[in-house]
Amino acid sequence: MSATMTGLSGDGVQAVSIGAAKPVGRLADRVFVGLLWGCGIFVLVLLGLIIAMLFHGGLPAFRAFGLDFLWTATWNPVTENFGALVMIYGTIFSAIIAVVVALPLSFGIAFFLTEIAPPVLRRPIGVAVQLLAAVPSIIYGMWGFFIISPLMAAYVQPPLIEWLGPIPVIGDLFQGPALGGGMLTAGLIMAVMILPFITAMFVETLESIPPMLKESAYGVGATTFEVYKNISVPFGRTAMVGAIMLGLGRALGETMAVTFVIGNATRLSASLFAPGATIASTIANEFPEAAQGTLKLDSLLALGFILFVISFIVLALSRYLVRSNLKS
Amino acid sequence: MKHITVLGAAIALAGSLVAGSASAADITGAGATFPAPVYQAWAVAYKEKTGTGLNYQSIGSGAGQTQIFNRTVDFGASDAPVATDKLAQQKLLQFPAVIGSVVPIVNLDGIESNKLKLTGPVLADIYLGKIKKWNDKAIADLNPGVSLPDQGIVPTYRSDGSGTTYVFATYLADVSPEWKSKVGAATSVSWPAGAGGKGNEGVAGTVKNTKGAIGYVEYIYASANSLVTVQLQNKAGKFVSPTVPAFQAAAANADWANAKDFAASMINTPGDTTWPITSATFILLPKEPKSAAQAKEVMNFFDWAFKNGDSIAEKLHYIPLPTDVADRVRAAWKSEIVADGKPVWSN
Repeated sequence: MSATMTGLSGDGVQAVSIGAAKPVGRLADRVFVGLLWGCGIFVLVLLGLIIAMLFHGGLPAFRAFGLDFLWTATWNPVTENFGALVMIYGTIFSAIIAVVVALPLSFGIAFFLTEIAPPVLRRPIGVAVQLLAAVPSIIYGMWGFFIISPLMAAYVQPPLIEWLGPIPVIGDLFQGPALGGGMLTAGLIMAVMILPFITAMFVETLESIPPMLKESAYGVGATTFEVYKNISVPFGRTAMVGAIMLGLGRALGETMAVTFVIGNATRLSASLFAPGATIASTIANEFPEAAQGTLKLDSLLALGFILFVISFIVLALSRYLVRSNLKS
Repeated sequence: MKHITVLGAAIALAGSLVAGSASAADITGAGATFPAPVYQAWAVAYKEKTGTGLNYQSIGSGAGQTQIFNRTVDFGASDAPVATDKLAQQKLLQFPAVIGSVVPIVNLDGIESNKLKLTGPVLADIYLGKIKKWNDKAIADLNPGVSLPDQGIVPTYRSDGSGTTYVFATYLADVSPEWKSKVGAATSVSWPAGAGGKGNEGVAGTVKNTKGAIGYVEYIYASANSLVTVQLQNKAGKFVSPTVPAFQAAAANADWANAKDFAASMINTPGDTTWPITSATFILLPKEPKSAAQAKEVMNFFDWAFKNGDSIAEKLHYIPLPTDVADRVRAAWKSEIVADGKPVWSN
């Protein structure tokens, strides 16, 4: 620790201020470059160790259940029979709801901020959106649990269940008692949580559109909506994909807020209002009571590994989409 | 250079603070969250008396077991008793520390606390999802004169693994063969119906938010928050309200003499005034401790708590151990905890 400090604050500074002292400078430079290498390698090693630890810990579960672990919908701690399907489904479903809700909203905010908002409003709204990102996850959870869930139970879910529930196929999404929580509520809370990240990326993209493009569009008599439709959206498409994936990635791993509102039931249900579970919420719920050497703990670690793989796939997919979009 | 000196001084200071707060005599424990308030209250009083502190981390029974298996703490604490073969394998002595009860809570218009009567089998059928409405005949028959709404029942449970769930599910398995075969009992189970909330506050909050909901929480939580509890039918066929005397009756009527590892069941114990969902929470102590002195300190602490801690426990709505059970625990210390061939506990 102290050696690191010396390297950074002592020699590094000296090398800059006394440029003439070449030999010392060269040594310092080598130390500096070495440190940078260390930083880079550190991330790789850390990530590798985490993956290895999760995989190693989850291995007994994979051994016991085989690949069936991925598509078994039971989670029974009593009989020690575990499957990840309910959690995988819940994780992906709730994250998709979050992105579907957050996407149009954040594009609207971003377009408003860059095109329409008077300068007086631009800063307050921008800061407000950024502050949303600074609100701790647990606060969103409490807000969702104490404010949003009761509202959903009283005003949103009962009419939807009554009106849409009887329709075939679509009705399956609107079944069950109005508990307030559930998949949709979790998705809505997460939508608010990922809003600032997606908005920030959109704002950046929209600001990078050459003003000439938009000015010429306005010049030939295009309306605000036409500029939005024909200039901003096509131009921002690549960044949009990136933003969606970034939001999705964040929503996949969200733990605390989801645990509060999702209802925590390890049963598979198509309904938006039914209680469910995500990988992260299950780990948060079950970890403290999972004793060492039990299949339960192994299965939780295996869940962690699966979440890691899902996140990795999402990230890889976004890279691929962004790159192929850039080419075309 | 100056920075480094300051940094060094800061590190030295931090080091001395850490060392100061965890002096050699302090005992460390980790585990169950349910008894954490009473352990901490005991610790404060004990420190005033003896100068020996207790550093108790309420990290959950499972994590507490892991810590004592690895011997990273002086004692572990678990709500659910540990299996006999596991205790033998890990060379641990298990003894009860304090007793608590689990009570059902409801949210129904016009129903006040302890007005609604339920039996164990009806409660199990509600949680199995078989009784779906509050005006179901099975409930109405138990409550003549009470107007029950035509409202769906929403069973609510602890989503996090917890000793409370273990106790509640054990009770349901005891009164309902169907529950026993379909669901069973553990710190978390595969619930056939309803929704889960995290912690006592999560269950209480969900019940409060949802008309027609039923849940279960520790009595200390229900009484502190004035939640609407119900009467339950006990083994003797009598309906009892959740009160401290009813819990004490359960503790007194349990079969401690024949219980292996002190895991005496207080579920559905006999007696006219007995509350049927009661359980002890347990301490795990190494039988061949690394440090005899530390093990002795742990036993001194609990010995003091059994002798002087009753009023503190009762103030927090826990039930102290019956005196004869405490004596059995002391006898077990004397015969089981050994260092260098000699018993550590000799009082």
